[in-house]
Amino acid sequence: MKGFLRAMLAVLWKDLAAEVRSRELLSAMLVFALLVIFIFNFALDLEPNTRASITSGVLWVTFIFAGTLGLNRSLAIEKDRGCLDGLLLAPVDRAAIYFGKTAANLIFMLVVAAIVLPVYSVFYNINLFARPGLLLVIFLGAEGYTAIGTLLATMAVQTRTRDMLLPILLFPVVIPVLVAAVKASAGFLQTLPFEEIQPWLNLLITYDIVFTAIAFMVFDSIVEE
Amino acid sequence: MENHALIEVQGLVKRFGPKVVLRGLNFSVQPGEFVALLGPNGAGKTTFLRILASLSSPSMGMVLVAGYALPREAAAVRQRLGVVSHLPLLYGDLTAEENLRFFGKMYGVNPLESRIREVLRQVGLEKRARDLVRTFSRGMQQRLAIGRAILHDPDVLLLDEPHTGLDQDACEMLDEILKEEARRGRTIVMTSHDLARVEDLSSRFDVLSRGVICASVPKESIPKDGLLTFYRNALGHHEGKGVE
Repeated sequence: MKGFLRAMLAVLWKDLAAEVRSRELLSAMLVFALLVIFIFNFALDLEPNTRASITSGVLWVTFIFAGTLGLNRSLAIEKDRGCLDGLLLAPVDRAAIYFGKTAANLIFMLVVAAIVLPVYSVFYNINLFARPGLLLVIFLGAEGYTAIGTLLATMAVQTRTRDMLLPILLFPVVIPVLVAAVKASAGFLQTLPFEEIQPWLNLLITYDIVFTAIAFMVFDSIVEE
Repeated sequence: MENHALIEVQGLVKRFGPKVVLRGLNFSVQPGEFVALLGPNGAGKTTFLRILASLSSPSMGMVLVAGYALPREAAAVRQRLGVVSHLPLLYGDLTAEENLRFFGKMYGVNPLESRIREVLRQVGLEKRARDLVRTFSRGMQQRLAIGRAILHDPDVLLLDEPHTGLDQDACEMLDEILKEEARRGRTIVMTSHDLARVEDLSSRFDVLSRGVICASVPKESIPKDGLLTFYRNALGHHEGKGVE
C-alpha cells in the first residue's frame, strides 16, 4: 500500500511540476473554456431571467470540451517521448499510475473551473460562488469525467487517430455524468428543494464509484500489448 | 544440470492479429554477457525486447528473466531490468535531477539522493543536473536515459537501437558508458544495425530473422572485422531456406 501511494503521488507530482514549467496544458484548456463562454454569451443573447436555466448546460459543455482537450494533451505528453513506456516499466501496480494521472487531470479541470466560474459570473450576472452545492456538483462531475476520461485517453493515445478518437469514445460514455451534473447544477442554481436534486447527486456518486472501479480493474489490460 | 541463465526464452511466439512476428524463438543469456541482437528491419527485434521488458505479452512460449516468468511475475522482472530505447523516455519539462528523482521513487530506490548524484556523475551530467531535459542535446538525453535505466541497479540492461539519431561524438560517449557498464558485470542485450559499433562492444552476436534466432556466435569465434560476413551468411542461409 505504501509503494502504491508513493508511486501514485510521484506521478501526480511529476504531472504538476511539468505543468508548472510548461503551462501548455492548462493554458490551452483555459483559453478554450473562456472562448466557449464568450461565444455562448453572444450567441445566446439571453434575457437575465432565462439565464439561470441555461447556465448549468453552458458550464458543463465548457468543462467537458476543455477537459477533452486537457485529457488528450496529458496522455500525448506521455506518448510522444516514449514516457508512457517509461512509466509502464516501473515495478509498481499500474493502477497507481492510473490514479496519479487521474488525480492530476482532476486538479487541472478544477483549476479551469475555479477560473471559469468568476468569469462566467461576470458575463452572465449570476453569482455562482453563492451556491456551495454547485461546487460539490462540479467536483463530483469532474471526478467522474476524469476517471473514465483518463482511461479512454490512455486507450486512444495508442492509436494514430488519437485526437479524433477520444471524443468519439468518451462522449457517449459520459452522457450519464453530464446529464446528472447539468440537472444537479440547474437544481442548485434555481434553488430547488434538496429532495429534487438528490437523485442526480446519487447518480453522480454512483457513476464516480462504478467507473473508478472499472478503470482500476481494466487499466492494466488497456496498456498491455 | 542447474540452469544459470539470466534470460531464458523457449518457443516464444508473438502474434498481432493474423500477423506472426516471433515464430518459436529460443534465446538464452548468461550473467555478464553483452549480446548484440542483429537483424533486418521487421525481423522482430523490437517486439522481442518489448516482451523481455514486460511491455508486451507473449502469445505463446516461456520467458524467464532472473528466474521470474513473464507475464505472470512482471513486477519482479521490471525491478531487475533497465530499458533504453531510441526514444529518451524522459520528461522534457523536468530537470535531469527531477527526472531521476521521479523514476527513483517509482522504483523505490533508497537512498535516492546519493544514488542520483552517483548516476549523474557516471553519465557525465552532474553539471547539468538542474537544467531542463528539453534543453539537452540528443546525446545528453541518451546519456541521461542510460542513467535512468541503471538508477535502480538492474541485473539486465535492454537497449533498443540506442545509437539512433546520435552524432559520432555522442555515440562514442554512449559506448564508453556501455563499456563501463559491461566492465561492472551488467548483463546487456542490445539491438542495433551498426555492425562496426556492436563488434567493438559486444561479447556475443545473435542474428534474428523472420521471428527466430537463426545464428549465434561468441566474439572469439569470428575473425576481426568478420562480423559483416557472419551476418550476411547467417541471413542469406536462413532466408534462403524460406522459413515459414
